[in-house]
Amino acid sequence: MKRLCLSALLIVALPAFADRLPLPADTPASFKTECGSCHLAYPPALLGAADWRRVMATLDKHFTSDATVDAVQKQEISTFLEKHAGKSGTAPSLAGEPPRISKTARFVRKHDEIPARFWRDPRIKSAANCEACHTHATAGRFSEHDIAIPELRE
Amino acid sequence: MKALSALCLLLASLAAQAETPQQIRQAYSAEAAGQQAGFTASAKRGEAFFRQRFNQNDKMPACTSCHTDQPVNAGQHAITGKAIRPLAVSANAERFSDPAKVEKWFGRNCKEVVGRACTPGEKADFVAYMSEVR
Repeated sequence: MKRLCLSALLIVALPAFADRLPLPADTPASFKTECGSCHLAYPPALLGAADWRRVMATLDKHFTSDATVDAVQKQEISTFLEKHAGKSGTAPSLAGEPPRISKTARFVRKHDEIPARFWRDPRIKSAANCEACHTHATAGRFSEHDIAIPELRE
Repeated sequence: MKALSALCLLLASLAAQAETPQQIRQAYSAEAAGQQAGFTASAKRGEAFFRQRFNQNDKMPACTSCHTDQPVNAGQHAITGKAIRPLAVSANAERFSDPAKVEKWFGRNCKEVVGRACTPGEKADFVAYMSEVR
């Protein structure tokens, strides 16, 4: 009986956990300042380790910007990202080149009901702008109950 | 004792980092004066620079592309959409208080928007404008 309760609790709790991605306690300050200025300091679990390695190897051409960091910070951030990377296993990444969180299967599945016109909304501008809709994104809370833009909260 | 030394060290390092916009402007002005005798920072020139369209970058032709044409207002990153706190010191007291941070962002943004490194004189003017604008 106890085990049944526990399983039931787990089943109820799991979806909630899936929307909670707080930054790990050992997040280095360099990750927050260097990677969190132009976009949210993304939770490292959103990409696999191989994808993070590719991101870190091409920082001089980071999408359209030069996001180079010094050698010490690069090592510190890389170690942190790979330690907390998502478990993508050995499956080939769907994140593209350069890897984009918004192209990962999880992101696509979670956002498949969002119409194109919302992505174009000037308040949102880009799929990189998590905080535009997810009010508590900086705290790692991505629950669909916390969507900031009322017309998106359906 | 150990804790006390640590505290002293911490305070010393904080004092080394925290500067006022005036000190940062003066450092850039001194550097500029070394290249151009009698240089004085000008908020007016800084404003003109802030509003100039450099057209080196489709998405970010000018400083105003992300920071809006009113530095007292919050801006928005032209590509990612992330909110950017105001540049003007009168609206955001944290601005121009950490020389390393100021130099890092002049480095990145001048390269990306102006298409080259900014001169010490341009930086001094820019800091002067951002310190005075209301």
